[in-house]
Amino acid sequence: MTELSQLSLYNQAIILFAALVLFTSFIMLAQARMLPMIFAFAWQGMLLAVVTALVALVSGHPHLYISAALTVALKVFLIPWLLYRLAVKLNIHLEAEAIKYPSLLLLAGAGLVIFSYYVALPIVHLSGLATRNTIAVSIAVVLLGMLLMIARKKAVAQVIGFMSIENGLFFSAVVSTYGMPLIVELGVAFDVLVAAILFGVFFFHMSESFDSLDVDRLTRLSEVHESLFPPEEGASEEERP
Amino acid sequence: MTLLDITLLSPLIGGLLLVIIGHRPIGGWINVVVGAFTFVTSLAMALDVFAHGPTLSSGRMFYIDAFNVYLVTLTAFVGFTTSIFSRPYMRHEVERGRLSDGRLRLYHSMYQGFQFAMLLALSTNNLGVLWVAMEAATLTTVLLVSLYRTPESIEAAWKYFILCGVGIAQALFGTVLVYFAAEQKLGGGRDDTLLWTVLHDSAASLDPTVLSLAFVFLLVGYGTKVGLVPLHAWLPDAHSEGPTPMSAVLSGLLLNVALYALVRLKMLVDASLQTHLAGYLMMGFGLVSFMVAGLFLHRQHDIKRMYSYSSIEHMGLMTYAFGLGGPLATFGALLHMTVHSLTKSAIFITVGHASQLAGTQRIDKIRGLIKTQPAIGWGLLIGTVAIAGFPPFGVFTSEFLLLTATMKSWPWLAVPLLVGFGVAFAGLFRHLHPMVYGEPPPGQQPVQANMIPVMVHLALVLWLGLSIPSFLARWFEQATVLISGGSPL
Repeated sequence: MTELSQLSLYNQAIILFAALVLFTSFIMLAQARMLPMIFAFAWQGMLLAVVTALVALVSGHPHLYISAALTVALKVFLIPWLLYRLAVKLNIHLEAEAIKYPSLLLLAGAGLVIFSYYVALPIVHLSGLATRNTIAVSIAVVLLGMLLMIARKKAVAQVIGFMSIENGLFFSAVVSTYGMPLIVELGVAFDVLVAAILFGVFFFHMSESFDSLDVDRLTRLSEVHESLFPPEEGASEEERP
Repeated sequence: MTLLDITLLSPLIGGLLLVIIGHRPIGGWINVVVGAFTFVTSLAMALDVFAHGPTLSSGRMFYIDAFNVYLVTLTAFVGFTTSIFSRPYMRHEVERGRLSDGRLRLYHSMYQGFQFAMLLALSTNNLGVLWVAMEAATLTTVLLVSLYRTPESIEAAWKYFILCGVGIAQALFGTVLVYFAAEQKLGGGRDDTLLWTVLHDSAASLDPTVLSLAFVFLLVGYGTKVGLVPLHAWLPDAHSEGPTPMSAVLSGLLLNVALYALVRLKMLVDASLQTHLAGYLMMGFGLVSFMVAGLFLHRQHDIKRMYSYSSIEHMGLMTYAFGLGGPLATFGALLHMTVHSLTKSAIFITVGHASQLAGTQRIDKIRGLIKTQPAIGWGLLIGTVAIAGFPPFGVFTSEFLLLTATMKSWPWLAVPLLVGFGVAFAGLFRHLHPMVYGEPPPGQQPVQANMIPVMVHLALVLWLGLSIPSFLARWFEQATVLISGGSPL
């Protein structure tokens, strides 16, 4: 197995950036306040764009420059700006969320990283050290995004988790296969953009209907609830004209 | 311009047109006309493929073979008949004050946008575009689920958005892995390594470890959209809170499209692995969904939720059947896809009328449908009899085929299947019986109902149960040969 120092400068740089991307994921996981979380997300987008441009430069895939530009436009500026504006408008930008068991959460995150390396193990024989690391890191970023969505109760945090999952997927595509074909990347970018706008719409609907962006309030529809309180619901139904 | 281009463009252009004028009374009619037009062109395309075999569009962007062309036709057909139902239904909702003009416009344009996304997902040759179209199908419907803006519907839409979004992200990762495996084998720098036709031709040489890892992610991803237990939590919520025409197309069509994606990918993985791993996974997930959803049927209070659990049950059965593989099971699964789509959309249309009649979706408030309005009552009764798998309806035929196939290769699995059929039957009928036969509450008035789509669907299901027309049988056979490599006939 190759030592790190024997790798080409390019591969070393890729591994470095992979580590930084993973680091931003951990920042988002542990950050209780909204604004720094949004900034961490923007930084992750920036790192992705730099990696993409680097891969484009070295591998000579010109279409990756377009991906890099799209990433900067969408994930560094547009989506964080949208989230920031929404947070200010809904007056939640200064809120901090009480994270239960922060150290346990981070430990679980570290566990997920180890698990990702284990999952990526079968791919080892197909590729060099750099790719093995980056695939493991991208799986880890995806899983950390999911952990973020599970652990956090604020809708904004969930959206950031959602988008960072997408970041992980994008990262895996760039470093393992020099990006997806251009038409697919454009399609994915379009979907992400629409999703970001829809999330914004939802924030307004939720704050109108529930007076908060806490997803803990979303408990009206569940099998348990319905069987526990059927008479109450029946009563409210009767009151309706 | 080929027939396929027209089939894809008509919902797209129709959707854009409806963005502008969807709120006018003519909007509903345009929706119907676009639906009819799409159906006619898709039928023409299907006959063309039937006569001349699979076609690859120029530029290799689209690939049409016997498997997807029949789903394209089915999607266009159910989309068309549901649009006929949706026009007066949505007008009625506007008159009841549940909707504003702006939201009606949103509804109509997104209806066609959703059709476009599904048809694109079915016809594309590119696995990446397939993913993009599946995600687009979620995005177009998410605002429709929350169309009424009640707290429940917003909650349902949020769950739908988040769960399907995260779920389908796993499928994108699986797609990246497939692409990775293909690039290792076919060399980088080509722009066609994500095309299904290219991958299928060289599937045997793709690396099996990467593909098996990819399939796990793909199964979780697209499986979320199919509604497989335990990834199904979004489905009953989304199907019950949205407007009823949406429930009909979500249950009848979207789930099929997701399953289609899964089966396409299974074909690749099977060729590479030379084992049954993918099949076993699908059988397991499918059977669990089938059993669990059947049990959940018993404890429902909301009529639309109940029928969405029935959809999970049937999707589980189809996933199981495709996993079982072999010509007979595949043939049965294809037939089941068709009859389930037709029956379930007919049921949801009837349910929509029934809940407008009763003014609620709660099962214990819906009573005496046959006395108040026999058309709705009988429609619901016959639809439910059909979906529960009674002869002589088509669902019976397909379930019988699946049972026979199971007996042949996995005899002991026939036991859970039979138990599951029984449990689901009991779950449906314990709720159905008082709804159709019970004493109607005083003052219940008939509503204006258009039962023609329901009758057409149920008549087709009956026809498929009595005798599958020979051209359709050969069509299914072609698709079966494509998927399983053998002919059942």
